[in-house]
Amino acid sequence: MTYIAKPEFHHPSLKANALGFTRRDYEGKVSTLCAGCGHDSISAAIVQACFEIDLEPHRLAKLSGIGCSSKTPDYFLGASHGFNTVHGRMPSVLTGANLANRDLIYLGVSGDGDSASIGLGQFAHAMRRGVNMAYIVENNGVYGLTKGQFSATADKGSKSKKGVVNSDSGIDLVGLALQLGATFVARSFSGDKEQLVPLIKAALRHKGAAFIDVLSPCIAFNNHKGSTKSFDWVREHNEAVNRLDVMQGRMAVRAKYEPGSLTEVTQHDGSVLLLRKIAEDYDPTDHVGAINYLQQAHAAGEIVTGLLYVDPEAEDLHDALGTVKRPLNALSDDELVPSAAALDKINAALR
Amino acid sequence: MEPTNIEAPDYFHKVVDCQWACPAHTPVPEYIRLIAQGRHADAYMVNWKSNVFPGILGRTCDRPCEPACRRGRVDEEPVAICRLKRVAADNKGDVSARMPKRPKTKIGKKIACIGAGPASMTVARDLAPLGYDITVYDADAKAGGMVRSQIPRFRLPESVIDEEMGFITDLGLTMKLGQRVDSLAGLLRQDYDAIFVGTGAPRGRDLRIPGRKEAAAHIHIGIEWLASVSFGHIESIGKRVIVLGGGNTAMDCCRTSRRLGGEDVRVIVRSGYDEMKASPWEKEDAQHEGIPIHNYLVPKAFTHDGGQLTGVTFEKVGPVIDEKGRRTMKPTGEPDEHFECDEVLIAVGQENSFPWIERDIGLAFDEWGMPKVDETTFQSTNPKVFFGGDAAFGPKNIIWAVAHGHDAAISIDHFCRGVDLRLRPPPGVQISSQKMGIHEWSYDNDISLDDRQKVPLLPLAEALGDVKAEVELGFDDPRGWAETQRCLNCDVQTVFSKPLCIECDACVDICPTDCITFTVNGKEEELRPRLKAPAMNLSQDLYISSTLPTGRVLVKDEDVCLHCGLCAERCPTGAWDMQKTLLEMTHAGGCMK
Repeated sequence: MTYIAKPEFHHPSLKANALGFTRRDYEGKVSTLCAGCGHDSISAAIVQACFEIDLEPHRLAKLSGIGCSSKTPDYFLGASHGFNTVHGRMPSVLTGANLANRDLIYLGVSGDGDSASIGLGQFAHAMRRGVNMAYIVENNGVYGLTKGQFSATADKGSKSKKGVVNSDSGIDLVGLALQLGATFVARSFSGDKEQLVPLIKAALRHKGAAFIDVLSPCIAFNNHKGSTKSFDWVREHNEAVNRLDVMQGRMAVRAKYEPGSLTEVTQHDGSVLLLRKIAEDYDPTDHVGAINYLQQAHAAGEIVTGLLYVDPEAEDLHDALGTVKRPLNALSDDELVPSAAALDKINAALR
Repeated sequence: MEPTNIEAPDYFHKVVDCQWACPAHTPVPEYIRLIAQGRHADAYMVNWKSNVFPGILGRTCDRPCEPACRRGRVDEEPVAICRLKRVAADNKGDVSARMPKRPKTKIGKKIACIGAGPASMTVARDLAPLGYDITVYDADAKAGGMVRSQIPRFRLPESVIDEEMGFITDLGLTMKLGQRVDSLAGLLRQDYDAIFVGTGAPRGRDLRIPGRKEAAAHIHIGIEWLASVSFGHIESIGKRVIVLGGGNTAMDCCRTSRRLGGEDVRVIVRSGYDEMKASPWEKEDAQHEGIPIHNYLVPKAFTHDGGQLTGVTFEKVGPVIDEKGRRTMKPTGEPDEHFECDEVLIAVGQENSFPWIERDIGLAFDEWGMPKVDETTFQSTNPKVFFGGDAAFGPKNIIWAVAHGHDAAISIDHFCRGVDLRLRPPPGVQISSQKMGIHEWSYDNDISLDDRQKVPLLPLAEALGDVKAEVELGFDDPRGWAETQRCLNCDVQTVFSKPLCIECDACVDICPTDCITFTVNGKEEELRPRLKAPAMNLSQDLYISSTLPTGRVLVKDEDVCLHCGLCAERCPTGAWDMQKTLLEMTHAGGCMK
């Protein structure tokens, strides 16, 4: 663990965004994770993404559960709201917060233990309800805090650091999210910020349940030969289906690309997702196609990354519930508590 | 780009900007850390070995290190390196036991040093411990040269000069003081094996404009006047004084005038304020003492009334860019301006003067009347005669004189031993890892974010009342310590080991100044702009690895690295290490060891 604070001095050419903040203003405390942890790279990607979308720090709430990954919200967005919840219970606390104040942007940070084991049910229901959030799983395939047992996402047949072979089937959170009705599903790699940063930007701006599974090697317990979550393995088997650029508002950028090589998706809030195709015929708006493609690639031992599925017309939990536009926590007693007359009216209807 | 060769001593030396900029290459961060530890005598000796006059330079140095200081590129102001040097000197206690001893045996070689200024005394210090018989000649009664005669006592107390000159004379020199050498040929006829000329640039430039002769009684040449003040021949000046010139001598003249009774003292300069040759801090010091600086005024005539100076008339000029793109001065056409005054001090430059060197002794001069001197060996065209300091290449400053002295001493040593003068000893470099534990270093990487400490001054009235009262009080312990904590430890280098790197990006993510990028290699001019932070300071090197397994290379821009060691702390495999490079120049005798 690093003891000193990261010095405030920065590069003289460090740029400010539209709000006048530099990237450094989106940082948090110095990480206490093991040196080289993939999670730190994801934190850096979140910092970069929030800087690039000109996010006002007080407009974001970061929630997490328990685990190495769930410690990380302390290491980014030091000026945002935060809630470190109980193990596996981030989705329900976040759902409650979202219902109370729909004006905030919600970022859930979790790990493979927190979301695929103890919190699997919570994960499933947040996805199927369409809670408006960006849900990031920092997926390293091991329980790092308890020294390297297989987690539920470890692939069958992969080896632990001690040489034990995993006999259980791995849970594919991306496949689950797709089946459960998540409206934005992506996979990425902590070691590829060029891919990861735009995905986080798009997920934060997506309306509905946006899920990103980020492979994040555990340097201490899962970066050896035989692991399928190591830097080397992921780099060798990474098959990106597309590359994403997120544009805020319409800009004349399309000229840069070959005709036909670009898929353009406009999200609810007007942000435009420009997808450069890498895999021929991969259509990220085709739900069934995405599920099939992932199954085939998985059978071939490939790790598919990129924006796998997006529904730009998605609705969220508030739409389903028909809640008022104003956040519930901003409503006064007058608006929330029915008058005696209204009560009488209800009672009368039941008589 | 090719992978960086960090074995070449210059590579890491350049990273230590202050040391690289220092003509004598003093290991600055090393002594700053010693000061922080309260080891003032050790800090003094690191300095003494390198720059010979830490107490003098800690008050008077031109400080080429400070504009170079990396801190100045990430913070408002650089580390107060010069003032920390003084802290070491002021608190060192008795260091006489640490000084080199007089050699028990002499090697039978006799050297004459002409002039007892910083260049000559450096030559003497380097050679005397090796067994050379050194004779120093100087026209003045005490050793020191311009350090004693031209620098005012309120900036540099006499006791400091006496002590540091004493360390050298104690090495067993023959001091022939009060003896002006007026014939080099005469000296050459004596049995000296080599002669070093360190006579400085002793002649102040005059201003030949109307009225100069008529009002001569109240018009003085700056450096001559300063010398007269230093030696106690002049103790007062008129109430209204004009100082002509914009260099450090002009600043010394005006501030001295204020202390000798000048009430309305003005500096009038032909250039703009920013273009003045004086160091910025000397200009500030003068203004602090109530001395206005007038710019863009060219002296046209001294006005006088029956031999009594009445003032100076100036032509107004302004900066113009000429057809060759050079900045020049052109008259603005406005009416001339007249300033009344009682006395004028002319400080418009210094010149070399060698009337005492015969032109038929095989020592060639160039068209400007300067001796032809080899820039590496400092040897003249007469193989026995060497030059250094201002006498070699014209007026510079004390620290350059010291650097020349070291180099000339090496040449003289080689010359006397029959070794090739072109053979220069390489610097000594010690490299040591600073790692003590997983996140523990044997240097303090937690640097202070504080602003530069201000040096306390004597109250103005007191300072102006006594020309010998030192105006700068120096840092006290808390201030000195606080200032040491601003040093970035640039000599603690980031050293990258390619085989250990797993390309996890941890160093990229943690680096506070975005120095580190993993990317595909390219040509330097193409690579620099596309790094994580564009590396557009071309004076700073890029540190490049060979190709990594992913086909990329590591590129580290040295420019604004804080040497905080966080890259090494966050590296899981120890591919980054913090290693201290202590580089010390090798002085005379180094090739023999």
